[in-house]
Amino acid sequence: MSERRLTLAIMDAPYESANSTTAFRIIAAALKKGIHVNVFAYEGAVSLAIKDQAPHANPVKGTSVEEEDHPVTKDFVISLLEMGRETPLLTWVNCGLCVDERGAGNAVDGVKRGGPGDFLKLALESTNTLVIPTK
Amino acid sequence: MARYVFIESRDPFESNDAQFVPETATALKQCGHEVTVFLVQNGALAARRNARHSHLPQLAAAGIKLLADDFSLRERGIATGELSDGIQTSTIEALVDLLVQENTKAIWH
Repeated sequence: MSERRLTLAIMDAPYESANSTTAFRIIAAALKKGIHVNVFAYEGAVSLAIKDQAPHANPVKGTSVEEEDHPVTKDFVISLLEMGRETPLLTWVNCGLCVDERGAGNAVDGVKRGGPGDFLKLALESTNTLVIPTK
Repeated sequence: MARYVFIESRDPFESNDAQFVPETATALKQCGHEVTVFLVQNGALAARRNARHSHLPQLAAAGIKLLADDFSLRERGIATGELSDGIQTSTIEALVDLLVQENTKAIWH
């Protein structure tokens, strides 16, 4: 295997676990090193890429949307897909059944739809696979 | 010989299955494998030298490489000088390097 490729399976829904942040960091670090990355988003993780996410103001602090600059996970996914547009390549696959259950079909551009069989294919073509389960 | 990388994300003072990593990592090391434990998120909370009943010194004594994510340490206010002997500050980039080594198995906990 000449090209290095890392596959991650992620399962946590957005805004719920530090696992999502760590997964984003691993993906970004690998892409910066020129390593291809596959992501298989399963269960709640399919919602990380929902296009309809909107940042919010903070009424407790009295800050506006702009002042709060609240990060939403779709923006992280968009940035990662931009980093991994060609070489290295980021392939992001959302589990289709998980998407349908959650009505999460309106994902950002570049996110693909697949199933557990695709995760197996991605893992088989990879140098290594890391599964980040929910706690 | 295989390489094993355990990524410990759980606070051992909170999780009731915290023994999984030390027991499995030690057993693999005793079988002659190369074993690394990478502490991330709340897993970094056990890295303080003053932490009571931390399992990390026993892992270090067993020859297991212990790395702590710098980002997780900073988030929790843990300075490098506070780390228990045998624990090195590391980075997410170093974790990626470990993961793409040949013949490496990665276990997230």
